[in-house]
Amino acid sequence: MKTSNRLVTTFQSKPSLLSLYITAGFPKLPDTAVLLKELQKANIDFVEVGLPFSDSLMDGPTIQHSHQVALENGMTLEVLMEQLDSVRSEISYPLVLMGALNPIVQFGVERFCERCHQVGIDGVLIPDLTLSEYQKNFKTLYQKYHLAPIFMVTPRTSEARLLEIDAEGSGFLYVMSSSSTTGAANKTLSDSKAYLERIQALPLRNPKAIGFNISTREEVEFAHRYGQGAIVGSAFIRKLQQTDASKAVEDFVKELRLN
Amino acid sequence: MKPPVYRWLFLFSALPIRFFSSAKPIFTKMSYQVNQHGFYGPYGGAYVPEVLYPNIEELQQHYQHILRSERFQKEYETLLSQFVARPTPLYEARRLSEEIGARIFLKREDVCHTGSHKLNNTLGQVLLAKQLGKRKIIAETGAGSHGVATATVCALLNLECCVYMGEVDMQRQYPNVERMRLLGATVIPATSGSKTLKDAVNEAFRAWINEPEDTFYVIGSVFGPHPYPDMVASLQSVISKELREQVPAITGQQLPDYVVACVGGGSNAIGSFYHFLDEPSVQLIAAEAAGKGIETDYSAAATFLGKQGILHGTQTLFMQTPDGQVKEAHSVSAGLDYPGIGPQLAYLHHQKRAQFVAVTDKDALDAALLLSKIEGIIPALESAHAIAALRQLSLAPAQVVVVCLSGRGDKDLETYINYRSTQNTL
Repeated sequence: MKTSNRLVTTFQSKPSLLSLYITAGFPKLPDTAVLLKELQKANIDFVEVGLPFSDSLMDGPTIQHSHQVALENGMTLEVLMEQLDSVRSEISYPLVLMGALNPIVQFGVERFCERCHQVGIDGVLIPDLTLSEYQKNFKTLYQKYHLAPIFMVTPRTSEARLLEIDAEGSGFLYVMSSSSTTGAANKTLSDSKAYLERIQALPLRNPKAIGFNISTREEVEFAHRYGQGAIVGSAFIRKLQQTDASKAVEDFVKELRLN
Repeated sequence: MKPPVYRWLFLFSALPIRFFSSAKPIFTKMSYQVNQHGFYGPYGGAYVPEVLYPNIEELQQHYQHILRSERFQKEYETLLSQFVARPTPLYEARRLSEEIGARIFLKREDVCHTGSHKLNNTLGQVLLAKQLGKRKIIAETGAGSHGVATATVCALLNLECCVYMGEVDMQRQYPNVERMRLLGATVIPATSGSKTLKDAVNEAFRAWINEPEDTFYVIGSVFGPHPYPDMVASLQSVISKELREQVPAITGQQLPDYVVACVGGGSNAIGSFYHFLDEPSVQLIAAEAAGKGIETDYSAAATFLGKQGILHGTQTLFMQTPDGQVKEAHSVSAGLDYPGIGPQLAYLHHQKRAQFVAVTDKDALDAALLLSKIEGIIPALESAHAIAALRQLSLAPAQVVVVCLSGRGDKDLETYINYRSTQNTL
């Protein structure tokens, strides 16, 4: 890739990165921009923006609920692109767009990639886009519009496939700490130690960001032992349900970071 | 249309699944079947998150081999005959024939053990899961028929069983909830979205994601990621396999003029059509649930109101908003209350191999009452859609029409009682 993607430079610039997930249009429709600006103030390293989907299979109740609220608020891919377009000049960190495949296909894959590029999205993560489907219908478009393909790997991904995914991905490799939907209450990060150690020993091209089962400072630190990035999702969405946007960001980022 | 020589070549090059080791030639030619990449034309495929990739890959690699193995076939055939009570009869419904104006034959899937065709599929899938060494079975259910059929086989084969069911469906099909519990299964309400079949499927997928190791997801219809649509179609194809022998013996005609079945996801329809797909003289009719009418917002007629997209791991036709959110379906019948249809059916629609008709709640209810009264058969509400569809066809008196009576109506008794109390005529 010829462009210096913001994700690539961010991962080159700092040893430990913190990322938060937000659902676009949640809790209120304009909160996408409000939160992104607050996260800039809080010095976040990168952000995943989730496009809501009515039937998201990967998500547990907390994020599902946020998707439902966002959809009721009127969030669509079109609206999200407009929101990002208007706020992008005020934020400097990389943005990863995360969403289910169907809304993107209905939007039009090329039109989607072009718009992502125009509004300054750096990476795209589509959980139900399989590697082979990516290679067939998305890869050349991602390259054309300088989008980093972000892929997930899980404790069940075989080593051979993991290396294959690593070879196709760029920006970072999203390491799911467990086989679960988001926000699963019955799993803890420390249970993933052996798996994370196994991944650490592999000769991967991409830096790693670890997600799932991370909600406290201790867990962020634990994740940083095995990957450069730590991603927090459901815990932040829960926080947003309790507090207003700016306070939620300030408190939560402080809570997760040593300094 | 392919010239005949090519069609015979397909017979040897592709891999038809053979049940019932028989000396007779297999009927299936493969023109409407899944290709090696898991697609039916533009439909199908396996769009699953990476966490389920190993499960789907394992299934893709093994399902054909296991289904065709002698060990599987022997056990499956024995249980189909001794436990499911197959073959099911083909019955000439004389009074209905008079009413409709054609020779109507009912394929009596309603007399299967557990009261519907669903057991053909769950028996096969659970046997397969056992061979793969799985310990726990999960399933989704709409009307409860698939849930009951899954719970039944899990009781028979001693496996843990967990069924996801929409909260709304749990209320409207309460006896089936208790049946599943009696059979030792755990029933978990799906409380998201419309709280019906689509949401039960979501919850089952999420449960599988959370516990993928030794769990097997028994999908109840011909949808989901490849190889599910093909696997379920193969298991349900026993319906048309029997019809190929019964039709000549009972009707005196080599082939029926029509085969009619209702479509939710489409498993009884595919099962009934399967061995007739390459017989162009046989007209295939799929009855979708129009709900309150396809012009209203309360419908489940996917070929009329749907658009191509990706839902539940497959590319198919389903009802969605312009920006790709899945729309909630409506049908009085919980088993048809699903916004999409299986990819093979979408392909049959695309190729115009099957004709799709939309049947309203009211027409289905009337058909159910009619069949009960004049034939002594209380059909499932789902199957009543197929009966009602007969009135939309222009039939001649001598024509042979096979209708798949996919299930019996015990589960719908309350709906029928309520509906009947509002009617004066019947």
